Amino acid sequence: MKKSVMKMTAIMSSMILAAGMLMACGQTATEEADTLSGSISMAGSTSMEKLANAVAESFMELHPDVTVTAEFTGSSAGIESLTAGSVDIGNSSRNLKDSEKEAGAVENIVAIDGIAVVVDPANTVEGLTKDQLIDIYTGKIKNWSEVGGEDSVIIVVGREAGSGTRGAFEELLEIEDACAYANELDSTGAVMAKVASTPGAIGYVSLDVVDDTVIALPLDGVEPTEENIKAGSYFLSRPFVMATMGEVSEQSEAVVALFDWLKSDEGKEVIKSVGLITVD
Amino acid sequence: MSDAQNRNSLVKKRKSATEETAQIIFTICASFTILAVLSITVYMIINGTPALFKVGIKEILFGTIWKPTAADPKFGILYVILTSIVGTLMAVLLGVPIGVLTAVFLAEVAPKRLAAIVKPAVELLAGIPSVIYGLLGLMILNPLMYKWELILFKDSTTHQFTGGANLISAVLVLAIMILPTVINMSETAIRAVHPQLKSSSLALGASHMQTIFKVILPAAKSGIMTAIVLGIGRAIGEAMAITLVSGSSVNIPLPFNSVRFLTTAIVSEMGYASDLHRQVLFTIGLVLFAFIMIINLILEKIIKSGGEQDA
Repeated sequence: MKKSVMKMTAIMSSMILAAGMLMACGQTATEEADTLSGSISMAGSTSMEKLANAVAESFMELHPDVTVTAEFTGSSAGIESLTAGSVDIGNSSRNLKDSEKEAGAVENIVAIDGIAVVVDPANTVEGLTKDQLIDIYTGKIKNWSEVGGEDSVIIVVGREAGSGTRGAFEELLEIEDACAYANELDSTGAVMAKVASTPGAIGYVSLDVVDDTVIALPLDGVEPTEENIKAGSYFLSRPFVMATMGEVSEQSEAVVALFDWLKSDEGKEVIKSVGLITVD
Repeated sequence: MSDAQNRNSLVKKRKSATEETAQIIFTICASFTILAVLSITVYMIINGTPALFKVGIKEILFGTIWKPTAADPKFGILYVILTSIVGTLMAVLLGVPIGVLTAVFLAEVAPKRLAAIVKPAVELLAGIPSVIYGLLGLMILNPLMYKWELILFKDSTTHQFTGGANLISAVLVLAIMILPTVINMSETAIRAVHPQLKSSSLALGASHMQTIFKVILPAAKSGIMTAIVLGIGRAIGEAMAITLVSGSSVNIPLPFNSVRFLTTAIVSEMGYASDLHRQVLFTIGLVLFAFIMIINLILEKIIKSGGEQDA
């Protein structure tokens, strides 16, 4: 009995020692980086809330002396705050306008948001054009036969108001609040399940969740793949821009470190973890 | 002698001390309930009223357009309120006759052996989590409704196909969900009818069925009414099951339309709602709260009048 207790303590203490050594190693690694201090303020796109929060959290964990704050005021308002000098980074979920670039904002695309249009696996439609997609979602086209499929009704499935995916989808097609949804579901999983199980259903989801229970339709003849999105030929995608005043290299040390980190493997993991596509 | 008296009074004292502590504990427990009810009421009013004044009471309660995230947002929840009322009423119209007749069956008609099977089944039905009802509705009712929808609206140009996620699916799920409440309460009420009433009726030559419908059910009226009102309360407050089968688009509550209830309106949009949109969701909660309050007041009245009748 006593022996086993001693054995236990021996094992425990060696484990603690090992852990301590590991921690010590970790500390030396971060200590170099920890000279970094300061604050980074971001403002902008509500669609980028998930990304911005994930980035802020992970970056602050890495550099405890840096504070990253993020506000979500909308893309245009974010760039406005940037050009007015009140924030370090302006988040925008669209490409910068020429007027914004003239004001000194520089477009740094950190990630790409891709949306896939999915139909049930038995659907025979080969693809849709942008106009067809718009007509389906605004209720003008009600049967798959009108777009080259079988004679079967279209069940329009979408997300609830306030959802980022819905916001992006409607914004990219310019049909904000003009959609006639037959089903407004409150999660990506629910949309996938509904589309997979309902003949004639069409829905939209973030590209990263598409699996083989549904078919992701080519749009304007372009397959929804990461390559096509990066090449810019798939139209249901949008860049997530973290704009700065002047080039990144001209920014404060903390901001430069943030952008460097976003390009590192660790940063890319964070971007992927919120369902986005990384840029090289 | 005096020693014994002393001991006696000591026992009494000790007893009264326990009595007192017990009383204090009971009071504390009871005040928790009151505190909970009070704080919920206050919280709902504080959070639910601002939007009413910002958007306008008329615009919210009688508006028919729900576009909370548009550039010019619209927060009309009339269709949502109507859906809750119509859906609940239809569920009660379906569920109550079945429930009450099942209760009669259990209490009066069923042979003991059969009742011994039906009764636990009803109790099991009460214990099934609501999300399971929803899942079954999603897998069984929706495809069935989709088939009917395809047949019924074959030539319609205006109907928006929903894939079976519609008001009927939700109503059927709700009707099944209120069954246990209605059956259990009604059965208790029927069993509570004095046996003399039944034997008098039978002695006067009335048949068993005549006795059930002319004597027992009228005598159990207040209990059955309570059962119905509790059923309504359960139906109007249910969210999880119907959010899966109703389609959740804001539409006029027609049988084959995709509809949104008061409860599902809150559930489906709470996740990402912000600012005024969020406040309006709280207002919807307040409306639901008001409905439940009204139902409770009715219930109280029924129970009171029932008590007077008995006296």
